[in-house]
Amino acid sequence: MLETIWFIIWGVLWTVYFVLDGFDLGLGALMPALAKTEEEKRTVYNSMGPFWDGNEVWLITAGGVTFAAFPGTYAVMFSTLYAPLLWLLFALIFRGIAMEYRGHMESERWRGFWDLVLSAASFLPALLLGVAFANIFQGVPFDTRGVFHGSLLTLLNPYGLLGGVLFVLLFMVHGCLWLAARSTGALRDRAAALAGRLWWALAAAAVAFFAASWKATSLYANYLAAPALFLIPAVAVAALLATRFFLGQGRWWRAWTASAVTIAGAAFFGVAGLYPALYPSSLDPAATLTAFNSSSSPLTLKIMLGVALVLVPVVIAYQAWTYRTFAAGPAEAGGHEEGY
Amino acid sequence: MDALMLSRLQFAAATLFHFLFVPLTLGLSVLVAVMETRYVRTGDEEYRRMARFWGRLFLINFAIGVVTGITLEFQFGTNWSRYSAYVGDIFGSLLAIEATLAFFLESTFIGVWIFGWKRLSPRMHALTMWLVAGASTFSAIWILIANAWMQHPVGYVLRNGRAELADFLAVVTQKFAWVEFLHTVSGAYILSGFFVMGVSAWHLLRRNEVPFFTRSFRIGLVFALVFSIFEVVQGHLNGAEVAEAQPTKLAAMESLWETTEGAPMTLFLVPDEAAGRNAVEIGRLPGFLSLLAYHDPKATVKGLNDFPADERPPVLVSFLSFRIMVGLGLLFVLLTVVGWFKRNDLVDSPTYLRIMVWAIPLPYIAIELGWILAEVGRQPWIVYGLMRTSDAVSPVAASQVAVSLAAFVGVYTGLGILAYYLMARYARRGPEPAPAA
Repeated sequence: MLETIWFIIWGVLWTVYFVLDGFDLGLGALMPALAKTEEEKRTVYNSMGPFWDGNEVWLITAGGVTFAAFPGTYAVMFSTLYAPLLWLLFALIFRGIAMEYRGHMESERWRGFWDLVLSAASFLPALLLGVAFANIFQGVPFDTRGVFHGSLLTLLNPYGLLGGVLFVLLFMVHGCLWLAARSTGALRDRAAALAGRLWWALAAAAVAFFAASWKATSLYANYLAAPALFLIPAVAVAALLATRFFLGQGRWWRAWTASAVTIAGAAFFGVAGLYPALYPSSLDPAATLTAFNSSSSPLTLKIMLGVALVLVPVVIAYQAWTYRTFAAGPAEAGGHEEGY
Repeated sequence: MDALMLSRLQFAAATLFHFLFVPLTLGLSVLVAVMETRYVRTGDEEYRRMARFWGRLFLINFAIGVVTGITLEFQFGTNWSRYSAYVGDIFGSLLAIEATLAFFLESTFIGVWIFGWKRLSPRMHALTMWLVAGASTFSAIWILIANAWMQHPVGYVLRNGRAELADFLAVVTQKFAWVEFLHTVSGAYILSGFFVMGVSAWHLLRRNEVPFFTRSFRIGLVFALVFSIFEVVQGHLNGAEVAEAQPTKLAAMESLWETTEGAPMTLFLVPDEAAGRNAVEIGRLPGFLSLLAYHDPKATVKGLNDFPADERPPVLVSFLSFRIMVGLGLLFVLLTVVGWFKRNDLVDSPTYLRIMVWAIPLPYIAIELGWILAEVGRQPWIVYGLMRTSDAVSPVAASQVAVSLAAFVGVYTGLGILAYYLMARYARRGPEPAPAA
């Protein structure tokens, strides 16, 4: 029971991370396509400036909770995914530095350099997380001793790459909609037009991913056993259509919210299909790590549950306050915002 | 080299680099919060300029501290997976609590502070820096509880082939953790005080913005003075705690080979690790080690030769890092006490100011040596007496670790140069001009 609760919390943390950091990763990746002038770039930076750092902590917490609640999974997952995780880490390092250091020198070349870094270091995490999760859904070749039998190329299989493309597109649409909601004039028109174009690619990738999952993974086994679960992908599909609908009407916040629900639905589609496995092995079913064979002791799970029940609502409350305070009205290059 | 040694080097590089930035985050956040609070209380614009100037230096430093902290959490999984699986029940939960309690608070409110100068009331804005400072401290508490558990494991049982939590309260209230916390945070506060004094001294030597930098210097001075004195007293408690919990580390710190009643402290010596004795010893203070470790000049201190050879930490590194750290700690007391007498005529004390500019790196050295002593001195154990470092490493290819180690060293070197270049540049430029009255 405790294990199942923690499995759900684990899934929720990853989902919240994708929804929140998703828009600033997508926006960062698309920066060169969206912002043409220095003023527009500043607006893009300021539109996500107060939030991205707090968003990223959901990733740290998702990692931390894997360590605390499922140390067996944490150990094997992180050591077998050694190479992609390091790429992810370096990307996150450079992304943070780009955000913080861009404004510290008044030189066009300096700023141009960090704009490029931001773009690459935002694209890469979106892609890597997609590739990693798709591989987790279909299983990774490791044995019962936690030794990985493969290379980075093993992970770059067709289904893994499809997952990567899906994540990149989900985050890019999410980021464009955020910018459309928080800007005016030419910048908003460009963001909206790009979101519209990317939406079609996203819809195609989503269809391909749901279909490919049937062949490449055993995610659907849980769905066939409990058909009520089909509500999750149904919600994701409905939200994807709603995104398009609100986008067409120019109701940006609604479109962004629908896109958030799409991301959450897509993430939970995988999580629900995975249960009770956290990290399946494609080599040997006996090596598969589940919520039950890799969890912490009941005492740790109980204490951590108490901590989570008290602290997570507090975190949500003050983060919601920052969104209310800082996301009201369009972001501006100068004037109101002073940040980067 | 094998994956073990490479992983150790990688962890050392990642930790020591991370800890070049953490102490200033801990201390400068408090100082900026103090400055901004004075602005709210007095309405004096100069304090606002101070908060902004030191705040910007804080942010350049903070950025690197945060991003390099993320890599540390992940390294336990990538490079030390056997360790993670063996002690994750306890260690992992401490890290997870740190993230939910402290890291969220810190990362959320730093954004609010950066972007909130016009959106929030001055009072509310000052409060956000206090939240950042408080969150950094919470973060230090949980990380140091986790580290202290590796130094002195308590509250666990060995069950299901791993260390499982038996008594959470024992883990979080153990004395070793709190002694370590006080020691580390005081060190961070000393470093921050010296940083503010050093940058201020540079400007005072050039007579730039004299009232601004005199005030800044004094704030840094009071802070560093109080904590330098505190650190000397507290460091003594820390030594006693190490004597109690980690006898091998104590013996290595002092390079004491034979078990001795009324053990001496030796001012200068050269250990000969292969022969199990000291090659050179000069200046023996009889009974001093026994007195410091056990509060009794006659107490018996166990020597390294009474421990199996494969349970002794590297002696020379432990001995030297301890000696230099303590020497620097005493120097900090001297420098801040002198500063206290000169606080009213700083501009007329150019020699002292020059020394204080050159003193900026010293607390950094002391703090890094403190970590080297703590971590190298714990070897060969990753968890003292419970798990060997060699049993903790991930089953990954050495080549993979070698590549990542090279990447870490390269990237971190670049980032370090960049951060200190930006800080030096900004520190020299000085504060924004005062608004015209």
